[in-house]
Amino acid sequence: MAKYRNYVVAQSLEEAYALNAKKSAVIVAGNMWLRMCGLSKQTAIDLSALGLDRIEETEDAFIIGSMTTLRQMETHAALNAAFGGVFREALAPIVGTQFRNTATVGGSVYSRFGFSDVSAVLLALDAQVMLYKRGAVKLSDYQQEVWDRDIITHIRIPKGQRAAVQSVRVSATDIPMLVCAASLSEGGLRLVLGARPARAQIVADHLAPDCGMEAFEEMAGRTAFGSNLRASEVYRRKIAPVLMLRAARACREVTQE
Amino acid sequence: MNIEFVLNGRKVSAAVDADDSLYKVLRGLGMHSVKCGCETTNCGLCTVHMDGKAVLSCSVPAARCAGHEVTTLEGMQEEARRLGACLAGEGAEQCGFCAPGLMMNVFALAKENPHATDAEIDAFLAGNLCRCSGYVSQRRAIMKYLEQVCGEVRA
Repeated sequence: MAKYRNYVVAQSLEEAYALNAKKSAVIVAGNMWLRMCGLSKQTAIDLSALGLDRIEETEDAFIIGSMTTLRQMETHAALNAAFGGVFREALAPIVGTQFRNTATVGGSVYSRFGFSDVSAVLLALDAQVMLYKRGAVKLSDYQQEVWDRDIITHIRIPKGQRAAVQSVRVSATDIPMLVCAASLSEGGLRLVLGARPARAQIVADHLAPDCGMEAFEEMAGRTAFGSNLRASEVYRRKIAPVLMLRAARACREVTQE
Repeated sequence: MNIEFVLNGRKVSAAVDADDSLYKVLRGLGMHSVKCGCETTNCGLCTVHMDGKAVLSCSVPAARCAGHEVTTLEGMQEEARRLGACLAGEGAEQCGFCAPGLMMNVFALAKENPHATDAEIDAFLAGNLCRCSGYVSQRRAIMKYLEQVCGEVRA
């Protein structure tokens, strides 16, 4: 279990950033996985008093505060209507309602979990990560970076696209053995594979929406997969094209609604 | 550090360590309905309400509760009696160990979606594990309770 000596509920982002500059500090978001890491830190920094738990809709995007819970995203009517219900589909299988009432989008994005459903969907939707000091960074770039001391304030998702997600799990609420998220916009079809089991990765972009199985098999052939307790590399490679096909099809159907 | 929060409608204060979980503090305050099961956020046994939302108290830092409202089964005795009667009537519990967490999540469901279907009950309660019931009898009992809450009988 995680050990902290001090717990500070930050009153401003500047205060949180200053405290987090020290390696002996850690930001506490949902505290779901963090508490199980066994880490020992001098200071735990709580962002829950900073009003970062809101979903705002602008003309061209949704701006989601980093402390917004997965359950808020799952049940947000406008957010789901804008993106074909993909958040409802992607987040509902994560553990249980109580878990999703606490786990945050910022915690998921910052941690770059190799099993994350959340990152796969956000990556498909070309989300941007809004950092307190560095400003906006594309999630596709942020995913590749090493963990730094900057603080995620918001996630920005541009409108004008539809998305769908497919996953395979050993049991209903377990961590996925593979996730495929697809999005369709004017730029074409984008496919993301997550739980490879490694950080979610864009495997194809600007594809024709009616792409066929052969192309998906070729994409799976050049994507890196791994083995763990949930599935082998071979199994993941085998089911990846099927999930890609289903996600692409679902995405087209959502768009045509 | 000292924190003050509202527990079952009463203002309380507690001395907590920075890494204490809400679960530990609630047990210390005599809320023995709150049990610790897996401690890995999977079983739902430690479910309580924080500001009206069902959360896993094993994962909520106690220090985060300062100024917030926390409700445990001790604070919902009337509802517990009604739901308990439904669970008993349907033979939905054997050991009863999971019951407090299950009940707290059912109360959250009743508040959020009192007209829940079987499928919605299953989805909402997926995070409450039970090793005795097989869930079917629990679902029947929950449906009966929701019928009471809504004042309607469903097919």
